[in-house]
Amino acid sequence: MNAPFPPPPSQEGGDGGSQAMPAPYHDGLPSGRPSGKTMKERLVQLEVLRYNPDTDTEAHFQRYEVMCQEEWVVLDALNKVKESIDPTLNYRWSCHMAVCGSCGMMINGEPKLSCHSFLRDYEGVIRVEPLTHFPVERDLVTAPDDFMEKLKRVKPYVITKQKKPIEAGEYKQTPAQLMKFRQYSMCINCMLCYAACPEYGLTPHFVGPAALTLAHRYNLDSRDEGRRERMEVVATREGVWECTFVGACSEVCPAQVDPASALQQLKIVGSIDWIVEHLLPGGKP
Amino acid sequence: METVSTDVVIVGAGGAGLRAAIALAETAPKLRVALISKVYPMRSHTCAAEGGAAGVIKPDDSFDFHFHDTVGGGDWLSDQDCVEYFIHEAPRELLQLEHWGCPWNREADGSVAVRPFGGMKKQRTWFAADKSGFHILHTLFQTSLQFPSITRFDEYFGLDLLMHDGRCRGLTAMEMRSGELRQFHAKAVIIAGGGAGRMFPFSTNGAIKTGDGMAMAYRAGAPLKDMEFVQYHPTGLPNTGSLLTEACRGEGGILTNKHGRRYLQDYGMGPETPVGQPQLKTMELGPRDRLSQAYWHELQKGNTVSTPWGECVLLDMRHLGAKKIRERLPLVHELAESYLGVDIIKDPVPIRPVVHYMMGGISTNTAAATPLPGLFAAGECACVSLNGANRLGSNSLVELLVFGRRAALSAIEYIHDLSPTNTSPLEAAADATRQRVEALHRRDDGNESMSGLRREMMDTMEKNVGIYRTEAGLQEGVNKIHELRERYTRVKLTDKSRVFNTDLFQILELGSMLDCAEAVTVGALARRESRGAHQRLDYVERDDTNFLRHTMVYRQDAELPRVDYLDVVITRSPPGVRDYSGDKR
Repeated sequence: MNAPFPPPPSQEGGDGGSQAMPAPYHDGLPSGRPSGKTMKERLVQLEVLRYNPDTDTEAHFQRYEVMCQEEWVVLDALNKVKESIDPTLNYRWSCHMAVCGSCGMMINGEPKLSCHSFLRDYEGVIRVEPLTHFPVERDLVTAPDDFMEKLKRVKPYVITKQKKPIEAGEYKQTPAQLMKFRQYSMCINCMLCYAACPEYGLTPHFVGPAALTLAHRYNLDSRDEGRRERMEVVATREGVWECTFVGACSEVCPAQVDPASALQQLKIVGSIDWIVEHLLPGGKP
Repeated sequence: METVSTDVVIVGAGGAGLRAAIALAETAPKLRVALISKVYPMRSHTCAAEGGAAGVIKPDDSFDFHFHDTVGGGDWLSDQDCVEYFIHEAPRELLQLEHWGCPWNREADGSVAVRPFGGMKKQRTWFAADKSGFHILHTLFQTSLQFPSITRFDEYFGLDLLMHDGRCRGLTAMEMRSGELRQFHAKAVIIAGGGAGRMFPFSTNGAIKTGDGMAMAYRAGAPLKDMEFVQYHPTGLPNTGSLLTEACRGEGGILTNKHGRRYLQDYGMGPETPVGQPQLKTMELGPRDRLSQAYWHELQKGNTVSTPWGECVLLDMRHLGAKKIRERLPLVHELAESYLGVDIIKDPVPIRPVVHYMMGGISTNTAAATPLPGLFAAGECACVSLNGANRLGSNSLVELLVFGRRAALSAIEYIHDLSPTNTSPLEAAADATRQRVEALHRRDDGNESMSGLRREMMDTMEKNVGIYRTEAGLQEGVNKIHELRERYTRVKLTDKSRVFNTDLFQILELGSMLDCAEAVTVGALARRESRGAHQRLDYVERDDTNFLRHTMVYRQDAELPRVDYLDVVITRSPPGVRDYSGDKR
């Protein structure tokens, strides 16, 4: 009564298992069991910056050679190194689909998500280093404390004068109102933009692209009334005015957030606020 | 060992953990909350959920519909009092997220939009494009930043619960950047540590989903419930296992075999519906267990498509058009393009079922309480018996919210009635953790490699505990996992450093997964029936006489676990037939 499927094929031989599904072989390494066609393989050379504060006085490069499938990403190559060559290599990763933001590192000098850096785009030795502008904890693991503190400082949450009861239902927000800020809500906090930003490298107190963009995202949200509070952090020397509009942040962003445009819009908003406050009689932004 | 004294410790800072923390901060701002996680909150796997979250809000929908969809979808293994509580809380929680700024998709008039999902009779899935979990997680994380009573301990690896007089009074954890141990003394603990899908080799789960929270409770004596129910999502990318959301089919995508036939009609989910006009609760909008099982049958019949990544069926979305795909499925479009080289606007994408979600977990009741006083659990790590034998897509994101909050409220109540006790026995309990970690460091004769044991575990789970199971296969699985648990006592720690030692963390994670895997295999062997995601080739029928009950697995150190059972709560829906013929019969 409860089995909608035709009777199963008879179980002959019985090696104990149900009919095997195609199975990948390595943890975290994408490889369907080839059937018919074979996967293209390639020997990949990685040069990884190693540092262990327990034993090292300074960082040094270590060379690894691993056989990889052509369609793999740099993270897959690192995983294969860790699994089959060197269990002491350390780095962060989780989702393998460019949404958790864990695996940011410098690949051939560029800030990249290693799970979204395809081997097919690289020739020769691939150089892998920790994300620049952040202190190194160990190997490719950096300390994001400064970024975490800055995120908090821009008050990235809806601020209202009066709390709306749940019983009153949703805030109406038209698709057009949503589209005003949605792009800026897509930041995965991977910090590639901080590694790319020359200004953040020079002046570490700069609030920086991702955090400022998040402030802008809430400022633009039709449900929010906290812009004035937020601008006290944002429209300052350490805030948007530190940005010299190099635009590197937007170039490296893996989520197409375009922080550079958010920062320019914030500058305009900040200027208008200043004009209203200082030049118009009795003006309050 | 340094001590952190607090009121509530939450382990896990994904959707459920963050929701619990905010509920504590709002309801009882004087209680100190320690929110610990082995990753920064934004990295939690909630971020990878795509499709959306179910809650009754539209006028044509009703609580009754959501109730019956969930109970039938779960093949009557859900506790119906739990489902009742859940469906009523769901819209409130989703509205709460809306007030906190979650960028839900909207109708033209500004109200929240909903989309169709598998096994649901009405459209009730709230969504934020195909990044719903991502937006829920970030909205919760950002909202949590305003509460001073929440102290986060990011990248602290939870190790052992501290028990005293049968009550849970805190836990030990390792600060990952220093390698130093800490003990957290608290009045209550909430585990929100996520699932354990990484015990399988082919999974949508991120690397962090290793069942540490489940294992921590299990080791402390809490039973794991219904662990044999492992959900295969029918549409994963065949190489990376990345999820292609059910919304692909909700929006009108179809599944075909190598002959171009929409084969689902051959497995009780027909007759065929017109292409591009998806009908609720039938064909491609059937439930996940049935769709994954249909793939297996197509594989046996030789109807699958051979690809370099294995045997696949095809998910065809071409008829949706570029505009709808870019607007509603941008992530799916990007994933298929970059990882598989398929443009879903132009070509069908090969897919196959992939391990996605554990229906089972730490046994909890509708109040999110475990049988251990002072210990609460929520989210995928818990089995509150909402999902029964098969979870419906878009119920789990809401489960995080509803039961994350409930765990917090239950903890507050519990603490209110708690009399003060002395904490010195906890110090001794914490010392056991120190000895466990030091033993790993000191062991010189370790001869088992972490990656070798992990590979064997994964292969065993894939081979013996897949979509269809047999007595012989499961027995082999039980024996093998038990053997691996024994060999694990000789696992070798290569890296003896203190700072961010991922060799050590992976060994600890493997221990968690082996514990969970043992509960899965033992539970599956004992359940001689087919129900939802647990399908036996030798017991093909559902057996309500003997198995309309929850499997409860209790850990025993060196022995096989003890299996017990608990009755299912049936209130108003007696077990019936799961009908996915779209009311056409």
